[in-house]
Amino acid sequence: MEKKTLPEKLFLLSFKVDRTSHLILDKEACMRCPESERACLWICPSEVYKWDAEKRDIIVSYEGCLECGTCRIACPSGALEWRNPRGGFGVAYRFG
Amino acid sequence: MEERFDCIIVGAGPSGTTAALRLAREGLNVAVFERGKPGAKNMFGGVLYSTILDKLIPGFWKEAPVERHVIRKRFSLLSSDSEAAFDLCFNAFDRPPFNNSFTVLRARFDRWYSEKAEEAGAVIVTGANVEDFIVEDGAIRGVKAGMEGGLVRADCVICAEGVNSLLAEKAGLKKKPAPESMTLGVKEIISLPKETIEDRFSLEDGQGAAFDFFGAALGGAVGSGFIYTNRDTLSVGIGCPISVLKEKGLRPNDLIEGFKAHPSVGRYLRGGKMEEFSAHMIPEGGYRAIPGLVRDGLMLVGDSAGLLNPSIFREGTNLAMASGLFAAETVIEARKKGDFSAKTLGDYVERLKGSFVIKDLKRYRGVPTAITSIPGLFGEEPEAILDFLKGHFTVSEKSKDEIHSELKKAFRDRVSMKRLFLELYRASKILR
Repeated sequence: MEKKTLPEKLFLLSFKVDRTSHLILDKEACMRCPESERACLWICPSEVYKWDAEKRDIIVSYEGCLECGTCRIACPSGALEWRNPRGGFGVAYRFG
Repeated sequence: MEERFDCIIVGAGPSGTTAALRLAREGLNVAVFERGKPGAKNMFGGVLYSTILDKLIPGFWKEAPVERHVIRKRFSLLSSDSEAAFDLCFNAFDRPPFNNSFTVLRARFDRWYSEKAEEAGAVIVTGANVEDFIVEDGAIRGVKAGMEGGLVRADCVICAEGVNSLLAEKAGLKKKPAPESMTLGVKEIISLPKETIEDRFSLEDGQGAAFDFFGAALGGAVGSGFIYTNRDTLSVGIGCPISVLKEKGLRPNDLIEGFKAHPSVGRYLRGGKMEEFSAHMIPEGGYRAIPGLVRDGLMLVGDSAGLLNPSIFREGTNLAMASGLFAAETVIEARKKGDFSAKTLGDYVERLKGSFVIKDLKRYRGVPTAITSIPGLFGEEPEAILDFLKGHFTVSEKSKDEIHSELKKAFRDRVSMKRLFLELYRASKILR
């Protein structure tokens, strides 16, 4: 069958995007977390967290969050304040 | 909205809606707060186990949006390029109650089920994210939802918030779960014509199949893959413990792509069109990870309470519905007494203990630790086993004796028999 990239897969979904992120990072705690241990950078199924090498910062694309909660469980430093999106916002599955 | 309810339920999944339906039928004033539209946030592998549902709505399959009833189960051991499988087909499951096993799509099923609770008199509040509880003298007496007029009181609350148990943690009933006790499921919905699915999976109209893949399904990492048949789609996905993803630096999307690329998996998907990509956690911590289940004015049900059988049976929805039902029956009794203390609500825990829910979780309490203590069965061992079998069936001009002694030697050079038997023994605990 046809192969899709992750952005193409996310494009299949319907999101109601809030103005602000429901995923709050304590950037100082993040920076104390050794780079090899930043599980958020690989463990998120929709790759919400990306490392910006130039800015030396973690970019959080909360718009594509599938609300699975894996990042919260995997975060070793307790830097992540994970909330549900506000009521009515976020992903809405058609099949589920 | 009314200012006060007899009971508020957080979450319109199988456990919450079951509780709502039961309470509404009893004539209680009950509200369900759901942060999306019912079903929109929910995903699971694919099989609804319906023993409890059939008691509440007899013959529900005649009206519910079920996809197929599962008559065929297949357990497969993959190596990187081969497969050994155990295929079961029970034609008796083709008759009501269809072995209480139906593939469903949750966006459709949960919406239908929630409507049943609404018809029975429950108030379903959608787009309402409960952020905290109202606490009075140490007792939970309502919810704070992030919306206008979101402060709503009740005699007690049933927390059916799901696997992300933020409220249960706020209520002090559990801590943030450990990565070892959580599995990430990633799934794709792949559409194919109904007839193609039936031909490809050897099914008749309405019949369904559940295929589970072990061994090298995740390219050597601990975890498994699955294909479940829906009416005109397939649910295809993988599950991998979060501790494994974390330690091995694995990307979930790579795992599902790798699984689909296996020749013994890809052939079922040929010509299919991807319709949806989704992810959801599964609370696979089992008996030892069950949190505190009650406090004054509050009960935890379903995934929030970790009520899922992590063994080969993979049952979750029936445990969720049973817990919702027991919680509702406990509320009905508590109301007669006019007492919603933890002591009275503790009857809920007794009901769970007396049922298959806790009995099964207890029986399989060793599974969550066993699954990560058998890494060989996901790595070198299936390779060696399938190479042995391949050699056994390879046609050549060597004598069978010659072939066998070569194969045995090759096998023993690759795999420690002691470790293999130990791992098989541990695996058998998951399987029985």
